[in-house]
Amino acid sequence: MTLTGAEIVIRCLQEEKVDYVFGYPGGSVLHIYDELFKQDDIKHILVRHEQAAVHAADAYSRSSERVGVALVTSGPGVTNAVTGIATAYMDSIPMVVLCGQVPTYYIGQDAFQECDTVGITRPCVKHNFLVKDVKDLASTMKKAFHIAKTGRPGPVVVDIPKDITANKCEFEYPASVQMRSYNPVVKGHLGQIKKAVQMLLEAKQPIIYTGGGVVLSDASEKLVKLAKRLNFPVTNTLMGLGGYPATDKQFVGMLGMHGTYEANMTMQHADVVLAIGARFDDRVIGNPEHFGGVPRKIIHVDIDPSSISKRVKVDVPIVGNVPDVLDELLKLLDDGAKAAPDVSDWWQQIDGWRAKNSLGYKQGDLIEPQYVVEKLYEVTQGEAFITSDVGQHQMFAAQYYKFDKPRRWINSGGLGTMGVGLPYAMGVLFANPGAQVACITGEGSIQMCIQELSTCKQFELPVKIINLNNGMLGMVRQWQEMFYSKRYSQSYVTSLPDFVKLAESYGHVGMRIEKPEDVVPALKKAFTEYKDRLVFMDFIIDPEANVYPMVAAGKGLSEMILSEDL
Amino acid sequence: MRHIISILLENEAGALSRVAGLFSARGYNIESLTVAPTEDASLSRMTIVTTGSEDVLEQITKQLNKLVDVVKVVDLSEAAHSERELMLIKVRATGKDREEMKRMADIFRGRIIDVTDSTYVIELTGTGAKLDSFIAALDAGLILETVRTGVCGIGRGDRILKV
Repeated sequence: MTLTGAEIVIRCLQEEKVDYVFGYPGGSVLHIYDELFKQDDIKHILVRHEQAAVHAADAYSRSSERVGVALVTSGPGVTNAVTGIATAYMDSIPMVVLCGQVPTYYIGQDAFQECDTVGITRPCVKHNFLVKDVKDLASTMKKAFHIAKTGRPGPVVVDIPKDITANKCEFEYPASVQMRSYNPVVKGHLGQIKKAVQMLLEAKQPIIYTGGGVVLSDASEKLVKLAKRLNFPVTNTLMGLGGYPATDKQFVGMLGMHGTYEANMTMQHADVVLAIGARFDDRVIGNPEHFGGVPRKIIHVDIDPSSISKRVKVDVPIVGNVPDVLDELLKLLDDGAKAAPDVSDWWQQIDGWRAKNSLGYKQGDLIEPQYVVEKLYEVTQGEAFITSDVGQHQMFAAQYYKFDKPRRWINSGGLGTMGVGLPYAMGVLFANPGAQVACITGEGSIQMCIQELSTCKQFELPVKIINLNNGMLGMVRQWQEMFYSKRYSQSYVTSLPDFVKLAESYGHVGMRIEKPEDVVPALKKAFTEYKDRLVFMDFIIDPEANVYPMVAAGKGLSEMILSEDL
Repeated sequence: MRHIISILLENEAGALSRVAGLFSARGYNIESLTVAPTEDASLSRMTIVTTGSEDVLEQITKQLNKLVDVVKVVDLSEAAHSERELMLIKVRATGKDREEMKRMADIFRGRIIDVTDSTYVIELTGTGAKLDSFIAALDAGLILETVRTGVCGIGRGDRILKV
């Protein structure tokens, strides 16, 4: 059957069972938009800025097991999308971004809305393609989805010149992909896994440290099984939250720069670290020399060999897909029913660290941000999807909302992109219709993608925006207070809009909450009376609240600043 | 430590810039880089000379393997290998220097491939070190122009890099 390139794009998306495309039209993608118009299988979600389209597609992936798709036009459409692509890349999120391009015969001539898409996106994609012949279009689309979701996932860009979308060819969607240059490893090396089991069984002070890899590979249940089998403490990275149930007694909390005292002390003093789908990054282990100063054995399971021994030397590297490796580990432990080591002394020590109650805070006359998150957790019974932006509120959300399930905590961990929260909430709602979704944000971050309030109205998305408004770029202010002798350079936000009126002007519900006693009633009202509406809750909070514990940049994990020290 | 890395990659537009971009983005050194298609026109072979510690080299190899266009990566300098580089050097060849240049070219087993009244172009092949010593052996004032291909290399004996 002979189809135009634009028809082929749509047919490929249908073949991939894509139900939503997040995008924004423009000259180079008009043929594709015309074909979108003629069919009903794929719904197009019109955003107000391309960055939001990519963030929404990204969150669609994060909160489901599917691949999000974004569609943008050439030139500025692409450059606006770059922040979204880089955000997904840093967190290994599978996504396909389709970009319009000027016709092939204009490429290189500085045509209207031309940019070097492949060149601009190259460092922040898993792979990208420029389609130069309509005959290559279907196989390229197939490869794009295949590459995005296999191995270590990541975003893939397909750049499609306008003439390619008009040209015709025979359409046949390939059933499978064969690429001699791309064959990601799945199974871990059995010899290495045996070594790991031995090491785990001999451990006296072990810790299981897991990251986004467990969430992305849907390995949570297997992780729980392993942890229960061994009775080892478990810590999660920011990206790994929900990978292990936060309310379980073996969970010692998030580790790293703003991790709990017990998580960081357990990590620092462990004699065996089992790292799974995590990458020992600078926000997690602090100073690598300080971390490396303690003798310990490290087992590292990751699908990406380049993540292993990148920042920390590893004793037992295991390259493989996390669930497959966990299966092997469990099987070897069960062969001969090997007894787990006695770690009761270790637990006693950990409980001692726990007793510090490092997340304690005092709720006084002003609303404390921690209190809002805790109450949100109670009101939603821990069942909500939480998206966040970047800054203090992100850390409060990670510390005080206890995630028991994976894919419920949606935030930009690697790139740290302010402005993702609202478009993330949109993507979550399309992937999980009817779910409770709260966007924990601040008055700085929310304004970076505030235009999406309009999209939320168009598609009646009942996002609950929890705006922790301290009138400050809180995390910047915190660093300036601690490390720049309180010189608050450009961290005070003046001329804020009246968020209540702003929300109302878009047709949403707005609330301002200024007293601690009003926090719970407002949250309850938002999730019951206004269940089906977007509610913008502007919480006026203590402007001096800081995030603790804190491991200052360049310091070691056991050199935490605790709130009680101040 | 100096390493010679050989890469087989898909002979596709942009593949070179993926490799070059990786080196600059992650701060790895490139001393030289050569690339050309192989006997199989769908594959290119690239040779990169780089320096770095064992840890850095391990990362370079892993990161290269991660690129979707890269089919195979080998550190040639890990074992016995041959390396060659080609240099074309234009020198002033007048008066008594004319005979001297011819003699130097012969000593280094170079060939004179272009002759004018006042210049020679000498073609010289060898390891990078040999080319360096040829340049050092000449009177710097007589060198008009040099161009070098960068190193290409191949494993000795049974070491074969092929798909």
